[in-house]
Amino acid sequence: MGFSKIELLDRLQELEIDYSKYEHPPVLTVEAQAKYVSSNEGALSKNLFLKDKKNRYYIVSAMVDTKVDMKVLSQRLGLGKGGIRMAPEEALGQLLQVSLGCVTPFAVINESARDVSLLLDKNFKNQTRCIFHPLSNDVSISLNTSGLDKFLQSIGRDPVYVDLEANPGVGKDQPPDLAVYVPSGSVVIPELPNKTSSTQPKNVSAEIKPALPAKPSKPVDKGKSVAATSVQSVYKNPEKFVEEILDKTSALLLSEAKGESMETLTETQRKRLTSELTHLAIMYKNTAYAEGFYAGTKYQPYRQ
Amino acid sequence: MEVDKNGEIDSDSSEQVVNPWEVSAKDGGKIDYDKLIDKFGCQRLDESLIDRVERLTSRQPHVFLRRGVFFAHRDFNEILDAYEKGDKFYLYTGRGPSSEALHLGHLIPFMFTKYLQEAFKVPLVIQLTDDEKCMWKNLSVEESQRLARENAKDIIACGFDITKTFIFSDFDYVGGAFYKNMVKVAKCVTLNKAMGIFGFSGEDHIGKLSFPPVQAVPSFPSSFPHLFPGKDNLRCLIPCAIDQDPYFRMTRDVAPRLGYSKPSLIESTFFPALQGENGKMSASDPNSAIYVTDTAKDIKNKINRYAFSGGQDSIEKHREIGANLEVDIPIKYLSFFLEDDSELEHIKKEYGEGRMLTGEVKKRLTEVLTEMVERHRRARAAVTDEMVDAFMSVRPLPSMFD
Repeated sequence: MGFSKIELLDRLQELEIDYSKYEHPPVLTVEAQAKYVSSNEGALSKNLFLKDKKNRYYIVSAMVDTKVDMKVLSQRLGLGKGGIRMAPEEALGQLLQVSLGCVTPFAVINESARDVSLLLDKNFKNQTRCIFHPLSNDVSISLNTSGLDKFLQSIGRDPVYVDLEANPGVGKDQPPDLAVYVPSGSVVIPELPNKTSSTQPKNVSAEIKPALPAKPSKPVDKGKSVAATSVQSVYKNPEKFVEEILDKTSALLLSEAKGESMETLTETQRKRLTSELTHLAIMYKNTAYAEGFYAGTKYQPYRQ
Repeated sequence: MEVDKNGEIDSDSSEQVVNPWEVSAKDGGKIDYDKLIDKFGCQRLDESLIDRVERLTSRQPHVFLRRGVFFAHRDFNEILDAYEKGDKFYLYTGRGPSSEALHLGHLIPFMFTKYLQEAFKVPLVIQLTDDEKCMWKNLSVEESQRLARENAKDIIACGFDITKTFIFSDFDYVGGAFYKNMVKVAKCVTLNKAMGIFGFSGEDHIGKLSFPPVQAVPSFPSSFPHLFPGKDNLRCLIPCAIDQDPYFRMTRDVAPRLGYSKPSLIESTFFPALQGENGKMSASDPNSAIYVTDTAKDIKNKINRYAFSGGQDSIEKHREIGANLEVDIPIKYLSFFLEDDSELEHIKKEYGEGRMLTGEVKKRLTEVLTEMVERHRRARAAVTDEMVDAFMSVRPLPSMFD
């Protein structure tokens, strides 16, 4: 089950995060919301739930005035020009566990959203307070970005603020500046309508958990950031590992040649690739060993 | 305080000072490494040894060897002699976990040790001296243990092979065979000698006095009965920064009296602060170093704003006389971390002769460091608590020489 607005607000109170609450009829658009929540209370936000071609999801939360150019954003993420689009409605329910009109940074409190990348408008930081939905579109809350940061950190996430209007250009000398925020874990939305077990993203982790059945939601306060768990899954899952290898190889082969001859190019690239891949392979080996070791510590010999 | 060949302390404050707790150059200048080698009585790592390493390992020597970062040694040639005959050795290095924030200088011995492990295919023990930091930095026991575990993650991220590496914290591991060796070593070093080597005084608490054996005994294979049972003659090679030399001078002095072989050492220069050789890298000044937690933006900023440049004041002057490579920090950093020898030579030539500007050199450095830090961060994110537990467990390593 996803978090309810009451549970979220309780959590904010536990964390001693200061916020103001405004109840109103359900609203589906920022214009409608603006009718009930005045700009004195804080800056309204528009929240986009996006998806790329590799089934990776993003929440982009911005000031209403900030212009978000999807083409530019897609390029800055390293996804090419048309690589990103609005996520389908099912994903809203399955991953963010909120309904239409409720996309909000707070949705990442749900375990199902652990692979969703959250990008916040850096202009939020200039505001005294900003307004978001606390998982339900019949309530709005206003709080300072420090409160939002505190909340995110409490669930093991690093707050990421981005200049959404910047267009730094992406080319051979300028790698996509937001590529680091692309989730490592992709999510395939299963067809089953049942919420509990199907919100478990399938491809993300082949983790062996001895003695425990596959629980649908791990405790949220495990303290691991989303990026960390996704990176770890690269080394636990052979398919992701191979994908990582191929990504690294193609990145290297496509990079600038600097005018060297083909022979030396291959030599240098080969050296770099060897070093990169060996590093990957060591991490893979270490991960496998560590998992086996852990299993060994929980090993129960046959009872006589 | 300075240390001479006999290991005694002279008080001659106008000289340079190099010991485990203090490193400062004479009159605010640069560290004189030749003088240091002379005073300590170790040897220069010359070309012939580096060539030998290349031959024995069938791979290009590590960039730190090629650039003279690891520049001094004790009995490294004996390690190589034995290796050639088929006698292996093990590696021993360590870290004093005084803070969570690691900077690039901290990673250097680990990067080099990882290369040694891969090139020679030998096992490694890594000591986390949480007890030392608890005593010297006045941390609580819990805090120093916590820092040890956090640092272990960064160390593991350097890419050590878990089937060949044992990481241990003093608080966890001291005892048993390890402690027996500690007592044996302690019996061989008088209070006066310890005060002479390490500069202890009557004001220091007895914890400090009794610490040196803890750092000494990992040099002896019998301290690790679960790793090297029956291999009492296994040699040990210690990669470290040259300020750790006093501990191992003491160890080498004591070893024959205990019937153990003397450990060999391979020692590195100090990593300069961003502000220059004369500056000090300090935890209280985040702009004196590049940290492994720095973002790409931080790195770019720090290099551009704080890296001491040997370039001239004006472009015209610079084009005329070129940059002063001796004091230029970006060049120094590149010589540590830019793999490609020919590219580095090219940059040095162009910059030294005034055709390349400081901005370009700094840009290249920023690229190199950002890639390194990013790679480290990803690797660290992949280190789980279970993995740390596994690295730190007392367990046999059957494939340690494979």
